[in-house]
Amino acid sequence: MCLGIPGQVVEIVDPADHRAMVDVDGVRREINVGLVMGDAGGLHVGDWVLIHVGFAMTKIDEEEAASTLDFIKQLGSVYDDEIQQFSAEAPL
Amino acid sequence: VKYVDEFRDPAGARAVLAQIEPLARGHHYKFMEVCGGHTHTIYKHGIENVLPETVELVHGPGCPVCVIPMGRVDDAIHVAETPGMIFTSFGDMMRVPGGNGNLLEAKARGADVRMVYSPLDALRIAVANPDKQVVFFAVGFETTAPSTAVTLLKARQKNVPNFSVFCNHVTIVPPLKAILDSPDLRLDGFLGPGHVSTVIGNRPYRFVPKVYGKPLVTAGFEPLDILQSILMLLRQIHEGRCEVENQYTRAVSDEGNVRALEILGQVFELRPHFEWRGLGFISQSALKLRDEFAGFDAELRFAVPGVRVADPKACQCGEVLKGVIKPWECKVFGTACTPETPIGTCMVSSEGACAAYYNYGRFTKHQTVPVSMGPVKTPQPA
Repeated sequence: MCLGIPGQVVEIVDPADHRAMVDVDGVRREINVGLVMGDAGGLHVGDWVLIHVGFAMTKIDEEEAASTLDFIKQLGSVYDDEIQQFSAEAPL
Repeated sequence: VKYVDEFRDPAGARAVLAQIEPLARGHHYKFMEVCGGHTHTIYKHGIENVLPETVELVHGPGCPVCVIPMGRVDDAIHVAETPGMIFTSFGDMMRVPGGNGNLLEAKARGADVRMVYSPLDALRIAVANPDKQVVFFAVGFETTAPSTAVTLLKARQKNVPNFSVFCNHVTIVPPLKAILDSPDLRLDGFLGPGHVSTVIGNRPYRFVPKVYGKPLVTAGFEPLDILQSILMLLRQIHEGRCEVENQYTRAVSDEGNVRALEILGQVFELRPHFEWRGLGFISQSALKLRDEFAGFDAELRFAVPGVRVADPKACQCGEVLKGVIKPWECKVFGTACTPETPIGTCMVSSEGACAAYYNYGRFTKHQTVPVSMGPVKTPQPA
C-alpha cells in the first residue's frame, strides 16, 4: 500500500477519464493516471510509473522500475499479496 | 541473513561501508528509518550486521496500518455491521485487531465486508449496488490519500450518493515532530521515507534540521541506497552541516506531486487531532473530508461509536513505533504475538517492524549470523 509497485503503460484507454492499462511484471490492469498526466512530457505508452492502490503517483525511468520491482519481489509475501490484489477484479 | 555479496552492487556496498567506518568512530549514532519499507530492506539484507557497531538503526512510525488505534477498528466494524451495508477495505486492514475482533471476524459473523485493491473499486461496487450503502475504509499516508481524494471527486462528479468514506488518512510530518519532541529518544538523524516523499516532496522535512537540528536524508529502498543515505547523514554531522538531502533523486523531487497535493487540499482538511496507536493524540496529524464532501463522510452518515480502546497491556507497539524498544524486546513478540495471531498492529502489516523481524528470523539481537565483511559482532545472549 505504502510501497509503490512499478508498472509500464501499455495503453492510454481513455485520456479524458485518466484511464490507462499498465503491465506489472506480466499482469495487466487498468489504473488511474490523472495525477501524472500533467507531468513534464505528459504520459505515453512505454512510460514507467509507480502505482499505489490503483493510481500512478510518479513517473520513474526503466532502470528504477526494474530495481524497485526486484526490491519488492525480494520481500516475498509483500509482492505476492500486492500482485494478487493488483490482479483481482473488483468484488462487485 | 543476506551477505554483502548478495547485494545488487556488492562492490558499491563495500566502498560505501569503507567510507562509513571512519566517520562512525568514537560516537554512538542513532538514526531512525521512518518508513516500514526501509525496515524491510534493513532486515532482509542484514544491513545492521554490516554497519559498524556504533551505528544503530531505529524503526519509525511509517507503517500506515500499524498506527491505526484499536478504537478506529471497532468503529469500522460497527459501520460494517450496519444493516444494508457493504464495507470495503484494503486487505492489510482485514486482520488488524480492534477491541472487539477484526474485520474478517465481522465478515464471518455475516457483515458484508469486501477486500478491494483500490478506492475506485469501492466506488464501482457502489455504482453496481445502488440499493446498498458502500463505505470505503480509507487508511494510509500521503501515498494513498490522493487516491481517496480523486475517488471522492469522481463520486461527486458521477453523483453516487450511496458511496462514502470512513477516513483515517494520516500525514507523515506530525508524528516526526512528536518523536522529536519525545523525551524517550535521542536521535542523530533520519532516513526520510521514499514513496511518501514522491508525493509530498522534500520541502515538508525542512523543519527537522531547522527547528530540531537533526539531518534528514530521503532514501531509496536498495541496500546500497540505505548505506549511501547513512553515509550522507554521517558526512553532514562531520562537516557540521544539518540539512535535508535527497539520496533518492531517481523518484523524489523537492516539490513532490503538485497535482496530488492540490487535490488533497481540495478534498481534505486537517483534523484538530487524531489518535495514533502508541503515540497518543497528535494535533493536526490526520485528514478529514471538507464540509462540501460531508455527504460522502461515513462518520457523519452512520453511527460511529468513537470509543477509545486502550491497547492490550502486553502489547508494546507504541514503544516499537517510537523506536524506544526493538521488536524482540516486547514481552509477547514471537510467542503470544505472531503474524498468524497478531496482538499488535506492528505484527499484522507486512510493513510493520515486528512482522519484518519475525519473517526474517530476528528473534533476538544477535540471532542472525554476522556477514562476510564489515565489522563482525560477537554473538551474545539477548
